Amino acid sequence: MSWLLVCPIVIPLAAAVIGFAGRGSERAQRAVSLAGAVGLSAAAAGLLSTVWREGIATVQIGRWPAPYGITLVADHLSAAMVAVTALIGLATVIYAFGDTRPGRLSQALHPLLHALLAGVCGAFLAGDVFNLYVWFEVMLIASLALLILGGTPAQLDGAVRYAALSLVATTLLLSGIGLLYGLTGTLNMADLHLRVQEVEDQGLLTLVAMVFIIAFGLKSAVFPLFFWLPASYHTPQTAVSAVFSGLLTKVGVYALMRFFTLIFRHDVGYTHELLLWVAGLTMVTGVLGAASQNELRRILSFHIISQIGYMILGLALFTTFGLLGGIFYVIHHIVVKANLFFVSGAVDRLAGSTDLDRLGGLYRDKPLLAALFFVPAFSLAGFPPLSGFWAKLLLIQASIESGEFIMAGVALTVGLLTAYSMTKIWLNAFWKARPDEAGPPPPPLAPRRQWLLLAPIATLAVVTLTIGL
Amino acid sequence: MEPIIAVLVGILMAATVYLMLSRNFVRFIFGLALLSHAANLVIFASGGMTRARPPLIAPGEAAPLPGISNAVPQALMLTAIVISFSLLTFALVLAFRTYQELETVDTDRMRAAEPSSAGAAADAGQGTVD
Repeated sequence: MSWLLVCPIVIPLAAAVIGFAGRGSERAQRAVSLAGAVGLSAAAAGLLSTVWREGIATVQIGRWPAPYGITLVADHLSAAMVAVTALIGLATVIYAFGDTRPGRLSQALHPLLHALLAGVCGAFLAGDVFNLYVWFEVMLIASLALLILGGTPAQLDGAVRYAALSLVATTLLLSGIGLLYGLTGTLNMADLHLRVQEVEDQGLLTLVAMVFIIAFGLKSAVFPLFFWLPASYHTPQTAVSAVFSGLLTKVGVYALMRFFTLIFRHDVGYTHELLLWVAGLTMVTGVLGAASQNELRRILSFHIISQIGYMILGLALFTTFGLLGGIFYVIHHIVVKANLFFVSGAVDRLAGSTDLDRLGGLYRDKPLLAALFFVPAFSLAGFPPLSGFWAKLLLIQASIESGEFIMAGVALTVGLLTAYSMTKIWLNAFWKARPDEAGPPPPPLAPRRQWLLLAPIATLAVVTLTIGL
Repeated sequence: MEPIIAVLVGILMAATVYLMLSRNFVRFIFGLALLSHAANLVIFASGGMTRARPPLIAPGEAAPLPGISNAVPQALMLTAIVISFSLLTFALVLAFRTYQELETVDTDRMRAAEPSSAGAAADAGQGTVD
């Protein structure tokens, strides 16, 4: 079944290449994009069921034996992450059909989207640290191109911040990999797990661990390294924002989880205690930042940061239960957060603004959209029986079991503040009457485009409900 | 050899930090270029620097003879150089386009994505300054 492991990387790469080559015919390009996304979903589902039945799958590229060759590994975590990536990819492609009119923008959007998906899937499946770095770079370059697609001043400004901090992060990651190789003489993750125990100077190992914490911390936007995220995520097109908010920071979290469960576990008292503090501060600063914002997509951007805190909390507790909660939180969050960005884009298309002061009356005018906002928003805030409730419950229970009562309290309070933000959006955008200064709403979309916008939102809402129940 | 490289990495890093603390985005990019050189030298040095023969397999042999140098750090560096070159090119084009659109390379004066609160209130057409 080794070909199944390669599929989630090869299919989106092929879709990207064919998509770029087929720029001449918009219709053909869209067909390729859709086929790529469906193919990726099928491959990811196949991989998940194979791993579920037969356990961890590995493939040695070119039959060079590990730890010398390039290894791809899919365990349950990787396979689940690839599956949820494929789901978001498919939803984004369909949403982009409805959101972006045919033209130069759409011609560049679809191939780059697939290049990004290839990078994300590659990072989830990489079995050695250097390949992880390479897939991070594939992801980074695709995301930079997607971010500036359209070229408005706000996008360029956001891209300057995003590029500056991301490039520093990848260079630090590279230095960290070099140092780790110097200490252990291997790059294969499974081999590293064994070799780090033989390293004589454990202090040096902690130093290298710190380099990785900073590099992946920048990627996953934890406190105090998150400034690039709220500066850039609200600027690109909705489809791009949604796929970024769902996937990019979570790849950083995934990498932290891999490194700090598999490789750096020699000094848990120091590294994981640090992560615990980072988690708490990330949760609090993110949610307070969100409370001060009045623009839909900026509120949601700050909430990404506070949610990252929950995931890091699961890792920092370093118990089976805590990790389970953290991983469940990642998967729940990817679905919910991408969906909320889709909703914000649909609100923009249907009401003409994402500024809460210029919105209102959507509950009366667009009841279906209101219902579809309700599910992910209150799942994010952690209302039972939605998926966010179980994720938070697991994490808080795990914190109490580990005796981290302060963290349990922080997690609960941040949950309440999240509910405050979501209620604010609900009251302003959906419940109150449309203010006069908002002006007339934009002309209604063609029904076909409206359905293309709402279908992915509805699908992801159903997924959220299903995970919860 | 390693101590010299280590000192060199230190100097490069110091120059990087100095350049990156500037508000000028072009200086920041120069810092980035130096930073990637520093990272490459770290890989080079940590791989162990020895005088050894190139890792080639002689005709008719199945494995290289003993006493060859480790090719892995060099392969890593080669990949990293290509990647950092492409990212550097992108950063330069981004700086140029930003300069064209926003007419500044001072990152403090780039407020298009995050307008200051007074500016945002004025944009929204509500609230006087005093």
